[in-house]
Amino acid sequence: MQVSMEINGKAVSIDVEPRMTLADCLRHHLGLTGTHVGCEHGVCGACTVMVDGAAMRSCLMLAVQADKAKVVTVEGLSCDEALSPLQAAFRKHHALQCGFCTPGMLTTAHALLSKEPQADETRVREVLSGNLCRCTGYTALVEAVLEARDAYQGGQEA
Amino acid sequence: MKLPSFEYACPATLAEAVRILADHEGEAKVISGGQSLMPVLAFRLAAPSVLVDLRNVPGLDRITITENGVHLGARVRWCDIESHDGLRKAHPLLVQGISHVAHYQIRNRGTVGGSLAHADPAAEMPGLAVACDAEISVQGVAGSRLIKAADFFDGALSTVLEFDEIITGIRFPAWPSGRRWAFEEFARRRGDFAMAGVALHFDLDAAGRACNAHVGVIGVCSHPCRLTAVEEVINGNVVEEDLVAAAAKAASEAVAADVTGDMHASAEYRQALIGVLVERALAHAQV
Repeated sequence: MQVSMEINGKAVSIDVEPRMTLADCLRHHLGLTGTHVGCEHGVCGACTVMVDGAAMRSCLMLAVQADKAKVVTVEGLSCDEALSPLQAAFRKHHALQCGFCTPGMLTTAHALLSKEPQADETRVREVLSGNLCRCTGYTALVEAVLEARDAYQGGQEA
Repeated sequence: MKLPSFEYACPATLAEAVRILADHEGEAKVISGGQSLMPVLAFRLAAPSVLVDLRNVPGLDRITITENGVHLGARVRWCDIESHDGLRKAHPLLVQGISHVAHYQIRNRGTVGGSLAHADPAAEMPGLAVACDAEISVQGVAGSRLIKAADFFDGALSTVLEFDEIITGIRFPAWPSGRRWAFEEFARRRGDFAMAGVALHFDLDAAGRACNAHVGVIGVCSHPCRLTAVEEVINGNVVEEDLVAAAAKAASEAVAADVTGDMHASAEYRQALIGVLVERALAHAQV
């Protein structure tokens, strides 16, 4: 089936099987391998992308369901050659080790702070609890997201 | 694993969606948010020949509050309930219960109708529906019908829906002022499926005694159910320490015959847990 989406600001139109998940479509058809597939059944959060502004698990969504949607992947979060404030905070606080969960953490945190720039530690912990990380123990992740809040004040998306 | 192969239909009307279901005689499945169905497909526990997506069917995503209660369209998502202005006042128990459903990304996509149709024994929405005497509206080829939540779930992951029927919405009866309520559940991690949960409400008569008690439980039996034995203990009495203890004991006894164990918790543990949760819920019941 033919599917048209806007991905990271670029219009794409591709032919996919109905059974193809959005995650596999991004990786295999579009080469956007920043989106990681961990559990493939909606438990780990590594494949999180933003669909029409909301964080969603791209393994729990069919590519055909994203027809006419605006999708932002982790590739779409970086600005030019520099790190975004969120990425910079991850680096500063050592909020990643092996890096497998990182794309999902970044997209989830970006979606959260874009909508709720005042999110407190409890809220950040609650939201990140849906993304599994087996390296960091989450303390550094939470610190990084809390520090990145400054860049999202005033509705500006970092 | 990768999903089994299927065809995909995206009808623009409910009538068309129902007709596709009927034409496939039980081989078709409805999808909307897909937050329960996609894992089922990924585990290959189901292999429908066609998925019927409701995303272009209009009118299913509304939250309506009237003097007759709260009506949620089948495609209302958890995040819609969370962010709705009037719902917390119109049905505080519903909003509190739904706050326990799943994780952030799933809440942005999962729907009321999907949870009802999936009928997980530990899911909050089916439990709230049964506890609150909600009515589920469904549409099939022969027309629409209303099904009481108590009659809707007939086993784990099983409902009385016919293969050509689609859930269109659910209505919760009006919430009187002064009603006491509480929702308690226990899960290892917030957002995960509960090992057990309790949704309860009761009213107070002129003498301050509890009446019209509704006590619903999730996660302990094959489908959500009300514990009438516990309701009988509560009705006609002032809710104080002794009554709370008696109700907790009655709850553990009431589920004894049906309680199920699995890798997450044994039957004995769940039986004890339901007593503790009823105790907490009654002790913390608020207006």
